[in-house]
Amino acid sequence: MASDELFDYSDRVLTPGYTSCLGCGEALAMRIVTQAVGKNAVFTNCTGCSEIFTSRYPTSSWAAPWLHSLFENSAAIASGVYYALKHKGKLEGVNVIGTGGDGGTADIGLQCLSGAAERGDDLLYCCWDNEAYMNTGIQRSSLTPLDAATTTSPSGKASWGNDRPKKDLPAIMAAHHIPYVGVGSCGYYRELPKMVKKALSYRGPKYLQVHAVCPLGWRSDPGKTCEIARLAFETGCYPLYEIIEGEMKAHKPPKGGWKPVEEYLKPQGRFRHLFRQADGEQQIVRVQALAAENIRRFYGDDEVPDFAKEAEKKVADMAEPQEAEATA
Amino acid sequence: MAETQEILEGAMAVAHAVSRCRPEVVAAYPITPQTHISEELSQIVADGDLNAEFVKVESEFGAASVICGASAAGARAYTATSSQGLLLMSEVLWNIAGMRLPIVLACANRSISAPLSIWCDHQDAEAIRDAGIIQLYAEDNQEACDQHLIAYKVAEDRRVLLPAMVNLDGFLLTHVFEPTIIPDQDLSDQYLPPYEAVMKLDVNDPATFGAFTEPDKCMEGRWMVHDACRRSLPVIEEASAEFEKIFGRPSGGLLEEFHTDDADIILVAKGSLSGTIKDVVEEMRAEGTKVGLMRIKTYRPWPEEAILRVIKDAKHIAVIERGASFGAGGVMTPEIKETLFDAGLQIPVSGYCVQLGGREVPPDGIREIVDRAAKGEKQTAYEYFRLKEDILPDLVPGA
Repeated sequence: MASDELFDYSDRVLTPGYTSCLGCGEALAMRIVTQAVGKNAVFTNCTGCSEIFTSRYPTSSWAAPWLHSLFENSAAIASGVYYALKHKGKLEGVNVIGTGGDGGTADIGLQCLSGAAERGDDLLYCCWDNEAYMNTGIQRSSLTPLDAATTTSPSGKASWGNDRPKKDLPAIMAAHHIPYVGVGSCGYYRELPKMVKKALSYRGPKYLQVHAVCPLGWRSDPGKTCEIARLAFETGCYPLYEIIEGEMKAHKPPKGGWKPVEEYLKPQGRFRHLFRQADGEQQIVRVQALAAENIRRFYGDDEVPDFAKEAEKKVADMAEPQEAEATA
Repeated sequence: MAETQEILEGAMAVAHAVSRCRPEVVAAYPITPQTHISEELSQIVADGDLNAEFVKVESEFGAASVICGASAAGARAYTATSSQGLLLMSEVLWNIAGMRLPIVLACANRSISAPLSIWCDHQDAEAIRDAGIIQLYAEDNQEACDQHLIAYKVAEDRRVLLPAMVNLDGFLLTHVFEPTIIPDQDLSDQYLPPYEAVMKLDVNDPATFGAFTEPDKCMEGRWMVHDACRRSLPVIEEASAEFEKIFGRPSGGLLEEFHTDDADIILVAKGSLSGTIKDVVEEMRAEGTKVGLMRIKTYRPWPEEAILRVIKDAKHIAVIERGASFGAGGVMTPEIKETLFDAGLQIPVSGYCVQLGGREVPPDGIREIVDRAAKGEKQTAYEYFRLKEDILPDLVPGA
């Protein structure tokens, strides 16, 4: 039987043959989100993994019209597409979708994204958040979490890795008072189509950030991508929620209760130094305290587990950050 | 139907000429001395006199990116900028040229920081001359208007499909009032029909724009930009001839020959400085000096064949520039020399940077340049003309 009889890809926007890494969470998120959007859409992309692994001339994975310009202007070219289609009366039943990684969105692309949101342009922007500049070899971005090792925030005798917490990009987008802000995960992929449908039911700028596990950059088992993504939420490290017309709707809390952050950090090589270097456990406490803050922010103080509150107490007691010491 | 002449500020005239081109998406960000173009265009749209989307962009980079997306989606798009703004959008303009999107932009030529200057020179446009973008230069406001129509016609021609930039000197043209004919709308529609993209972002016919290429194919993709730019040479001449046919007056073209037929000394220049030079040429001709001006109207592509026809019999050529390549020499000067060298012609060429940052060279300066050529003064180095050495600080601190 020919393969095209076995497998029907006719509903896919992102068709097979793309060259992402094994276990790529971003590719999973992209496939599902774009499929939910459908082919009556124009997609823009910024430079990055998602663009590189789908558009190697003369091939293309895109079964819908797609435009890649530069690293930092996916939102602005999407605006341009929107205005052109609007002017020509070709927006009926057609969506404009800007996409990009966290690098091209949160840092170098923030000006264009803010411009599109401020203008009220009718487009959905999807940020695939794998928490670093992965395509160029794993450099830190403003969405790299605290203590993650990257090539520009490596761990070492004098460093615990990235010394800043994640920039709250969804809050920045919400501050533009746009109708929809959503934070999803490649681990909760069944929810992504619902989020897309919700977002597209609104006119105006929409923002959807999707946590995307990167086995190469995070140094994790490519077979455990979805599991690790779910642990990010279940530990409070990566809150999932929607802000719909200004109203916060948090993801329901994990069924088995909140897990300690070690369960999320341990399977990832980018946090390995926290388990190997002396005093690394102090840093794990800091990460746990951040998770506690997240849980409190979205679910209230009562929801914060005791072990998390203990971590917050420990952090308050620590006089100043510990210097990293070489392992024995 | 006779068109009327009005006394208009250059930038305003340009805005109305742009409106005649019926752009569908206009995105522009303020920068002196271009701003009046954007302001007037936004007023024209606000008055309902132009059916276009005027996009409130967050920077010049945003402006160029918005028109990139708009053009890829099949719309005729426009922006205007100067200096810092041109440099900021340069990354996008290179990308637009590579993707063969026929947008048009105006550059109100202005000096580049540092030091900061809002006044005229050509370093901004010259900084991106290698991108394959067609570059036209206006001498006066009429030309700046006409060149916009010609720019769209050439850019959108299927033999070309490249972005085109109309250069007009900041303040010297943008802020100066001259009698100008705004092209009639019906004639403009006849000259410039609606834009039909060869390929566009269309849900009914999906295409991928902006793929990446590996080394085995990239050079060919880049060469195609060069090839298209070269192919625009006859298209520019055709567009100019068509302009004259429809509007009943000549405009456009590759270059202007002003008293060059029997000239011993030929001056080369582009932009509004040509006006001053023409005055001096006429005066000196009356005194018996066989001097002429070859004014470059189309700078990119470089029209070497047309240039050679004009300068081949000159005894001395003086290139008068508003730009420079710091650490080397001039910009047009080496290009003139290259053209002569390739043709095996050994005519002496003097190159002058007569101003950067808006300090105008007066007629006696042009006269001095002609006199030096007439004396047979051999010049090898690019000269920064009348540089005020007495106001320079210590060039090496503490020396």
